[in-house]
Amino acid sequence: MGPITTAHYLALSAALLLIGTVGVLTRRNIVVILMSIELILNAVNINLIAFSAHLHQVNGQIFAIFVITDAVAEAAVGLGILIALFRNKETVLADEVNLLKW
Amino acid sequence: MSQFYTSTDHFVLIPAIMLALFGCAILLFDFLVFPDPRQRKWLLLFVVLGLGFTGFGLWRQQMFLNANGLTELTAFQGSLTIDRFALFFNWIFEIASLIVAIVSYAYLEIEGEHHGEYYALMLFAQCGMFFLAAGTDLVTLFIGLELMALCFYVMVGFLRGAKRSNEAALKYLLLGAFSSGFLVYGFSIMYGLAGSTKLSDITTAIAAREPWDPMVFLAMATTAVGLLFKISAAPFHMWAPDAYEGAPTTVTAYLSVASKAASIAFLLRIFMGPLASAREAWEPLLSVVAILTMTVGNLAAVTQTNLKRLLAYSSISHAGYMLLGLIAGNDTGIKGIEVYILVYAFMNLGAFIMIVALRRKNIIGEDIEDLAGLMQKSPGYAVLMLVFMLSLAGIPPTAGFLGKYYIFLSLIETRHYLLAVVGTLYVAVAIYYYFRIVRSMFVGQLVEQAPLASSFGVRLALGVAGAMTLAIGIYPEPFLRMAQGSILR
Repeated sequence: MGPITTAHYLALSAALLLIGTVGVLTRRNIVVILMSIELILNAVNINLIAFSAHLHQVNGQIFAIFVITDAVAEAAVGLGILIALFRNKETVLADEVNLLKW
Repeated sequence: MSQFYTSTDHFVLIPAIMLALFGCAILLFDFLVFPDPRQRKWLLLFVVLGLGFTGFGLWRQQMFLNANGLTELTAFQGSLTIDRFALFFNWIFEIASLIVAIVSYAYLEIEGEHHGEYYALMLFAQCGMFFLAAGTDLVTLFIGLELMALCFYVMVGFLRGAKRSNEAALKYLLLGAFSSGFLVYGFSIMYGLAGSTKLSDITTAIAAREPWDPMVFLAMATTAVGLLFKISAAPFHMWAPDAYEGAPTTVTAYLSVASKAASIAFLLRIFMGPLASAREAWEPLLSVVAILTMTVGNLAAVTQTNLKRLLAYSSISHAGYMLLGLIAGNDTGIKGIEVYILVYAFMNLGAFIMIVALRRKNIIGEDIEDLAGLMQKSPGYAVLMLVFMLSLAGIPPTAGFLGKYYIFLSLIETRHYLLAVVGTLYVAVAIYYYFRIVRSMFVGQLVEQAPLASSFGVRLALGVAGAMTLAIGIYPEPFLRMAQGSILR
């Protein structure tokens, strides 16, 4: 086993992106979909920090902090909207939210 | 070591500061000074004042550029750039915010969800748009995008008691956050390629690689997914009809005009900047997306009976036309996109405000049937709606013709004949569904006798939108010159 290189981090990040994407597209529970979106954003963070370490500069880490902040804000708004929906219609399953369709 | 927060930085940032400040002021005053719901009309004054100060800041920047013969003014070590491109788009945001704000007052009263936060969210969203149009750094652009998007998620779900509004907000949020994830993944790759988050450094780094370089392609593809989602291009358009239908109509108007304009500005900044040298790789991809977008938008609109949904599909097809300008990519194409978005702002705001006027106490007024016999009831409104529909379809002498003209001209100039032919054919389809609305107004039997909800704000907004739609079509010179001067190079 050699040392862990930047390429390994990028592979991990790509795997997380894929897992998150599959999660968003296949899961029914809206809370799990929100968690899958967090996985995608964390894939981004791993990418940014791996590049930051690889390039010996700090920009990427600062960007990662912004991404973390955004993920929190998105989760807060997302759960807020989900609670508003849950009050009117007791469900957290994506396929039961189906008033609007063509 | 460069100086911290210079006077240039401050001068460039003023419009955003004003928007954020007045947004916060509205939240505070709504809570502390105006607890009585009847006093909410004063909040509208705050919005107008805030937009006024923002406009003054933008005007001073414009005058400064003109007086010193500059093409751009950079601030914060190159994170923000005020050029004529940024100013052009910021004027569109100003117009959209102002028109939507004056219409919202009466509309939210009817919906029974009139809260101060609404106006604050509008100003915060516009603050995000400012950064989208003026940002030249990945972090700035990303934060601007998220600021705008988060405000819109909440505004789409603003009718808390309505299931449709909840559902629209939820769908918009899930798909929006998903696509933002892809976008910022692309950004992280770009950062890795360039070792910098500045767009200019990334442009150099990507130009040094081959157009088909796998890392460049990965960055391009993921960024494109995020951007195409934001402008609601097929196959990433699924959120648009649902969000447009479920949202309060004033928010739909704002979303379809301001958010789309901001996203187009963002798209142009990325594709004409860092990704310009990879054109060989993205041109075929975007061509397919543009054709698909026009197909889905125009064909799905034909069968709609809900006005908001019909206009949602029509706005998807308009995004397709705007993409054609980027595919052509020459000066005429970029000018075409700018003219198109300016024209689109007025005609689309007009059409959606007509739906706002159809919403009365106990009458939903969102179906084509609700317009039946409008000519007998209120001929003024019917004629205005006719102008908007002609313009959306792109028939002279209305402004919509002009937007399409420059887009198609740029396609011919760059020898994209097939795209031009496909685009023109779909205009014929578009005429069919826009004229279903016109036929309903002029030939349909009058059923609903109740007059339209014509508050002062609605009449003013419709008047401005109608006048501008005709004015740009009949006397386009000053507007063309403005767009010509704001081309992004």
